[in-house]
Amino acid sequence: MSCSVLRPGLLTTIQDGGRRGYRQAGVIVSGPMDSLALRVANLLVNNPPGAAGLEITLLGPTLRFEADHLLALTGADLSATLDGELLPLHRPIAVRRGSELAFGPARAGCRAYLAFSGGLAVPTVLGSQSTYLRAGLGGLEGRALRAGDVLPAPGPTPAGQRLHQQLLSSQSGPRWATTAWFPDPALTPGLEAAPVIRVLRGPEYDLFTPASQRAFWEEEFTVTPQSDRMGYRLAGPELQRRAEQEILSSAVTFGTVQVPASGAPIVLLADHQTTGGYPRIGQVITADFSHLAQVPPGGRLRFQEVSLTEAHYWYLHQEKTLQQFQRGLALFHYQ
Amino acid sequence: MDQPLPPPSGPTPVQLYPLGDAAVVLQFGGSISEATHRTIQAVGASLDAHPFPGLLEYVPAFTTLTVYYDPWVVSQAGQQDPYQRVSESLRQLLHQLPELPAPDATPVVEIPVCYGGAFGPDLDLLSRYTGLAAADVIRLHTEPEYLVYMIGFAPGFPYLGGMNERLAAPRKTQPRPLVPAGAVGIAGRQTGIYSLPTPGGWQLIGRTPRRLFTPEAASPSLLQAGQRLRFVPISEAEYQHLQEHEL
Repeated sequence: MSCSVLRPGLLTTIQDGGRRGYRQAGVIVSGPMDSLALRVANLLVNNPPGAAGLEITLLGPTLRFEADHLLALTGADLSATLDGELLPLHRPIAVRRGSELAFGPARAGCRAYLAFSGGLAVPTVLGSQSTYLRAGLGGLEGRALRAGDVLPAPGPTPAGQRLHQQLLSSQSGPRWATTAWFPDPALTPGLEAAPVIRVLRGPEYDLFTPASQRAFWEEEFTVTPQSDRMGYRLAGPELQRRAEQEILSSAVTFGTVQVPASGAPIVLLADHQTTGGYPRIGQVITADFSHLAQVPPGGRLRFQEVSLTEAHYWYLHQEKTLQQFQRGLALFHYQ
Repeated sequence: MDQPLPPPSGPTPVQLYPLGDAAVVLQFGGSISEATHRTIQAVGASLDAHPFPGLLEYVPAFTTLTVYYDPWVVSQAGQQDPYQRVSESLRQLLHQLPELPAPDATPVVEIPVCYGGAFGPDLDLLSRYTGLAAADVIRLHTEPEYLVYMIGFAPGFPYLGGMNERLAAPRKTQPRPLVPAGAVGIAGRQTGIYSLPTPGGWQLIGRTPRRLFTPEAASPSLLQAGQRLRFVPISEAEYQHLQEHEL
């Protein structure tokens, strides 16, 4: 009951809901860059939303399934194919033993999520299965996938197994099959080429010059190639402070926009450090994390100011939609 | 966004402000002190003893304690304003803060450091910046007993108080893409030890062979907030010897 890695892709890692509760020991959260996409992928295959799946970056892997599996692919459209046939996103997909999953060019976004019904049986380290590359822990031996790896995928949950049988009832017939149903499109946002990311003022917003504050909201930034799961280093207008002043290190979080003395902002992401000492000009709202995480290196983005009330409205709206989807699945598809 | 609050049962006034839509910062004044540190430790202990529904975790720092919360749970599935609810919970907690604990008489942890050369590529730069001879930089750095104020930036990375102000130097304008584990650095009036290879902007003056982060250990961080430590200068030969025995 496993899955062989024929080609690893550019950066394919195992991520779950994240490593929670160790930030005060300096242990980062890790987890998916696009947490909404991983949660939706997991719900589609009858997993808990925070189960471990694969985060696939830009150039996807080639995988061979050594057993029947129930899968879902969400997030970026990386031209996924099964035995050469294009696969749909955002639906449960029943595959037969021996099928091969491959990827082509990135059509929209840059991070896809592959959930296996029944999850992945890799060890839990400090409460999580997420890969933490820099510390070499979690996931598969603390590293990205390599050719020749065998992913321990125990196979579908009982309800996932039933759906698999419904979809692929006969022994012969197609290599794979999917459902007619799919989630509320609000949970699978279309990925814009140069998104507008909504942001709250950060704690040190007032330390920046009025010209830099205006530039932050009005001008466009580019995600430089020096970006990774830790953060996006942005190129754009140089953001200057009114006066040089050392900042005492304090906690940061996913989406914190901090500005080192060079004036080039850094947006902190899934592998962000727990604390930082650079002034925080802004904080991306949770509801826009998906859009943020899908901007590829070289991609552009803009920031738009919103209030905390708006941020919470969109947070709760997204959460409500997700919960409704989860209830619907339990009622109609995974009894 | 800053809201003045009645002072807790400590000496430092406290402000509350949001860090995005899922975290709140409690700010205890603007300067580092042992009194502020003890207040923050007391707030942390109080959150451990009386967590409110929707509390995820918290991170203490020099003058702040940042509380991460789940807006969905805190708002009771969207029925109430999450920030208002969290603020109320924290205000209550601050009002009922227990007596501040006395500073712990924990043993001093010794951290052996090989200074300068390839181990401390910024020692000469720091020496020029401060106008001190390299030997005096090392002497002033190894003299004090430091207090571990917080762990952060990377797993097991201690932020220390007690550095001689004559060693203060600004961060690097452009952070290094990769700093090795064990590197000992200075940034502003702070000194610390890198626990993992990470990008970083501190001025590096030396390196220790000790492991600060051991994920397989029951307590993954060698150091904890509230502990005291001292740097002990060692030679390159001693560094190599200790590194072999650390494994």
